[in-house]
Amino acid sequence: MRAVCWEGTEKIRVDTVPDPEILNPRDAIIKVTTTAICGSDLHIYDGFIPTMQKGDVLGHEFMGEVVEVGKDNTRLKIGDRVVVPFTIACGRCYFCKQQLWSLCDNSNPNAWMAEKLYGYSASGLFGYSHMYGGYPGGQAEYARVPFADVGPLKVPDTLTDEQVLFLSDIFPTGYMAAENCQIRPGDTVAVWGCGPVGQFAIKSAYLLGAERVIAIDRFPERLALAAGQGGAETLDYSDVDILAALRELTGGQGPDACIDAVGLEAHGTTLDAWYDRAKTSMFLATDRPHALRQAINACRKGGTVSIPGVYGGWLDKFPLGAAFAKGLTLKMGQTHMHKYMPLLLERIERGEIDPSYIITHRIGLEDAPAMYRTFRDKHDACLKVVMKPGDKYGATIN
Amino acid sequence: MESKVLSNQSPSLADAESWCALGAGALLLFVGASRRSVVGVCVALSSAPLLYRGITGRWPDVLNGYVQSDSTKAALGGERGVHVRESVRLEVPVADVYRFWRRLENLPRFMTHLEGVTESPDGKSHWVAIGPAGLAVEWNAEIINEVDNKLIAWRSLPGSDVVTAGSVSFDAARAGRSTQVSVHLQYAPPAGKAGALIASLFGREPSQTIREDLRNFKQLLEAGEIPRATATA
Repeated sequence: MRAVCWEGTEKIRVDTVPDPEILNPRDAIIKVTTTAICGSDLHIYDGFIPTMQKGDVLGHEFMGEVVEVGKDNTRLKIGDRVVVPFTIACGRCYFCKQQLWSLCDNSNPNAWMAEKLYGYSASGLFGYSHMYGGYPGGQAEYARVPFADVGPLKVPDTLTDEQVLFLSDIFPTGYMAAENCQIRPGDTVAVWGCGPVGQFAIKSAYLLGAERVIAIDRFPERLALAAGQGGAETLDYSDVDILAALRELTGGQGPDACIDAVGLEAHGTTLDAWYDRAKTSMFLATDRPHALRQAINACRKGGTVSIPGVYGGWLDKFPLGAAFAKGLTLKMGQTHMHKYMPLLLERIERGEIDPSYIITHRIGLEDAPAMYRTFRDKHDACLKVVMKPGDKYGATIN
Repeated sequence: MESKVLSNQSPSLADAESWCALGAGALLLFVGASRRSVVGVCVALSSAPLLYRGITGRWPDVLNGYVQSDSTKAALGGERGVHVRESVRLEVPVADVYRFWRRLENLPRFMTHLEGVTESPDGKSHWVAIGPAGLAVEWNAEIINEVDNKLIAWRSLPGSDVVTAGSVSFDAARAGRSTQVSVHLQYAPPAGKAGALIASLFGREPSQTIREDLRNFKQLLEAGEIPRATATA
């Protein structure tokens, strides 16, 4: 089959690789009908994620049709149309039972690697380095899904692929980020980063009862979408002093909750952002936490900072003093996908949201390498790329 | 988590042996050195292993294979031998966990290096492990203590390739919803051909090997399968 493979930093190739097979009793094989490039794939593209190996199949946002099931998988049938969560979870360990699905004990075959770095290992992930299991991803014609009797969500034929695909990661991720803010009526939520997760965090904050959402970015088209589809007030950080602007917009109090939907490759125009760039480029630091610093400084006393943005290593100049002095709550982590998927499918079915509004580019699998660059550089107003592995050639750009 | 290598014999016996070795070594050194001849030098040099034994309390490693006992009591009693302690917690009732482990034939399903275990009706069992070079290590063992849903302890029998003993205990955790399995494994420190094989079986970090085996055990019992990313990995 054809698959999008990582060959090295900024090197992506579409290659012919062996078809996946059933390896374990609870597995299923999915014929991928639609898949997407995630913002977190760009961290891999840029070489920020350790333990990637040449030839690894990328992609963790995918859906498709079940073509084969393992002998112990009694929940799925051949022909079922499913969306696959990007986190892999067994459904039976202590963490799965506590609904902490992305912390599953039993799904990472390389748990020892993560234990060396983090003390304990979180769940395995599709196409996201060997430290997270080394599972081949879903930017391919077929994908093997472990523990497929608890993960994949069956979707009704009344909804299109594009309406449900983002249940695989970014919609639940934005939603959990907003839920972690513990929003109460009247609250103001500030969101750093208007990429796909930021857009869904904005929508979700309103769905969960926020009175105002303030969105921060520097790309006009992203800010426009946050304002138009999301209904947020917007701030361009290349233009205004964010801390001063937020203080003014909230009567000197600060936002009740702040969401960092940027993560470890933050850009910025302030002194600390340049300091991060210099240090990471000299391999003296692993992450660039500019957005997170700002979110912590901006947040009101006793507020919550919610972090859906991905971090991987050690943070420099982390303002723990400010977080402590203001008694902040910090919530973070990979999304507990299995908990949110059914709930959010219902919201889509009820017409409360149609997540397909963020799609800007539709391509075939063979166009992936060029599109990784376009997406990374935010050229062509690129916000979200979906791929149809069935359409091998010929980009149709929206 | 701890690995200790200590002397192979009981303290009193080892002490007496040390003094004898020290005395004999000193005598040989004195006699040899006092004769200024080739024979004298040879005699003096022959004192080296005796002096080494007398001072350090151990025979030099090159001699180990010839003096090591195959009795678990002599080789592993007290704190002797290599000790590995690891534990794991599972969301499975104690009785189920115990039943699975007690059926020794199940052990190779999660212990990577074990090729097979056969239990005979008299309570003795035959174990075969395969090293990285494909060489087999075999031993016979007997269960020396067994408390239902609580504890299993075993030791190897004389005539085996390895001298090993161990115990596994099963305790209820988290108000009875979970089970904690604690393994204490001992084996004689590497000596001779079998020793080198054992060393390669357990790798450089025996506790890591046992931890991975216990992780497999937990995955098998909790999730019903051991996760694999690809057909080869």
